[in-house]
Amino acid sequence: MGKTSDISDKVMTVEEAVHRFIKDGIQLSIGGFTVTRNPMAIVYEIIRQKIKNLHVVCHSQGQALDVLIGAGCVKRLEIAYGGNGRYAPTCIRFRRAAQNGEIELEDYSNYQMSLRFLAGALGIPFMATKSGLGSDILNIEGFPKEIRGTGKVAKEKFVVMQNPFNDGEDNVVLVPALNPDVALIHAQYVGEDGTVRIKGLTFADVEQAKSADVVIVTCEEIVPTSYIRAEPNLNSLPNFFVDAIIKVPYGAHPTACYGFYDYDPKYLNMYRKMASDDNLFREYLEEWVFSISSHNQYLNKVGAERLFSIKANPVVGYAVGLDRK
Amino acid sequence: MKYTANEMMALSAGRMIKDGDIVFAGTGLSILAATAAKRIYAPKSVVFFETGGIDPTLDEMPMAVADLRTMSGAALNSGLIESFSIVGHKKLHTIAFLGAAQIDRYGNLNTTCIGDYHRPEVRFSGSGGANDVASLASSVITFMKHEKKRFVEKLHYMTSVGWYKGYDSRSKLGLKRGGVYGVVTNLCVMKFDEITKEIYLAEVYPGVSIEDVVKNTGFEIDTSRAVESSPPTEKELRILREEVDPQKLVL
Repeated sequence: MGKTSDISDKVMTVEEAVHRFIKDGIQLSIGGFTVTRNPMAIVYEIIRQKIKNLHVVCHSQGQALDVLIGAGCVKRLEIAYGGNGRYAPTCIRFRRAAQNGEIELEDYSNYQMSLRFLAGALGIPFMATKSGLGSDILNIEGFPKEIRGTGKVAKEKFVVMQNPFNDGEDNVVLVPALNPDVALIHAQYVGEDGTVRIKGLTFADVEQAKSADVVIVTCEEIVPTSYIRAEPNLNSLPNFFVDAIIKVPYGAHPTACYGFYDYDPKYLNMYRKMASDDNLFREYLEEWVFSISSHNQYLNKVGAERLFSIKANPVVGYAVGLDRK
Repeated sequence: MKYTANEMMALSAGRMIKDGDIVFAGTGLSILAATAAKRIYAPKSVVFFETGGIDPTLDEMPMAVADLRTMSGAALNSGLIESFSIVGHKKLHTIAFLGAAQIDRYGNLNTTCIGDYHRPEVRFSGSGGANDVASLASSVITFMKHEKKRFVEKLHYMTSVGWYKGYDSRSKLGLKRGGVYGVVTNLCVMKFDEITKEIYLAEVYPGVSIEDVVKNTGFEIDTSRAVESSPPTEKELRILREEVDPQKLVL
């Protein structure tokens, strides 16, 4: 009685989580959305451990994806949107890699990608939607023919079929399920029983987590079981989906985390400048990723004043009056 | 009273929103227009975001659809799948604001690339939810910078389908509802012919000539139905400046 679930075998460091679960060439699903809840602490560690040839799948991604691409970790990408809000309407290293043909790239829409994760989570081979009919998302394929049906690349990008329940002309698009090797999620809370709570918008994080073989969750706080179980309807994932739990305060910085901190405009503006030039970008990686040996060192480098400026007002969830230009 | 093209655009689009509309907002001008619509013309319209934030207070302007400001004080914070179940819901009149790098005469949009898709000269962010709302929403209003290179005969990539190839071609694809209602540019407002679904010039802003529009459009355009837009009133401008974007993040 009283004891719910022991998570001591799941609580680890980012170094250990990456070492154990992120291998060269895996299919990696990244949670969050553009400037919010990107799993940055894990992503920095993936770069430090020089993991290569990742096959990344996401809907709308921002900073985490861009740094991974810039650091040369990504070989293959299925995506709906690469952007960082006003700080980079198109992610800079993503744009460059696409223009230079440095990554294998396949475009879908946000809804299509979300449905692909949902299909994977439900254990069915595809989902149907009206999204995409007539568009070049269906007419043009990005992946080379020879990789179709290999690894975790679906045999077809999509299939258009006639609604089998209707005699009239009524096309639907079938999009293939995704079952990534690993999903990365950044949450506000994990209970001492391993229950995950995402506050604010969940995007497709729950579907992404449930469709993956391994789920790594970084969080702002590990909280008592009694707290997380007082309002179970607010929770996002039960503990049995989660394989690794890492407490990393400000673990989504420079992206935002509802109720905890806003995005960091100064950092994102600096990043835009440095990412726009190959030499500067190498300096960026050296200064902000490779020469950083712990998350505390990273936070010290960002500085208390900056972290305080983006600290969220706990009532409204964001940093009121933050200079966002 | 003096005003800018951005202000005229936000107000022109805002004027198209009616009470009861469910407005799907992106960022930039579209969030400005959606908020202006709610505060000036259609207090009973509801603003929501593809990320899942429904009817947030918008005390501060979000700068991305995943901005924490789309979650604050919302009626509901949901996820992407829930959000698209709203966009396409047949009970609702949903209007989506979109922007694009290129548009053609049937209101089809390109937000993916310039040049060949496999080795583009310029790569953009991609569809995001744009293709989805263009496929599913009751209606789309598009913001465009009015330049010849953006109003093109043929898109380099058709990210989002408008009226496709005109007439009933959209419906024949399997897209039974929706389509583009209007295009709002820094010079004018354009709409689509009921039958052919071809774009035509509906309004020119005060001080803009029809000739200005024609020479900045990369294809021939019907101007026979054009009237002059009414200029912004003092009240419209005051609410836009003081309540919608006091931090001047977009204006």
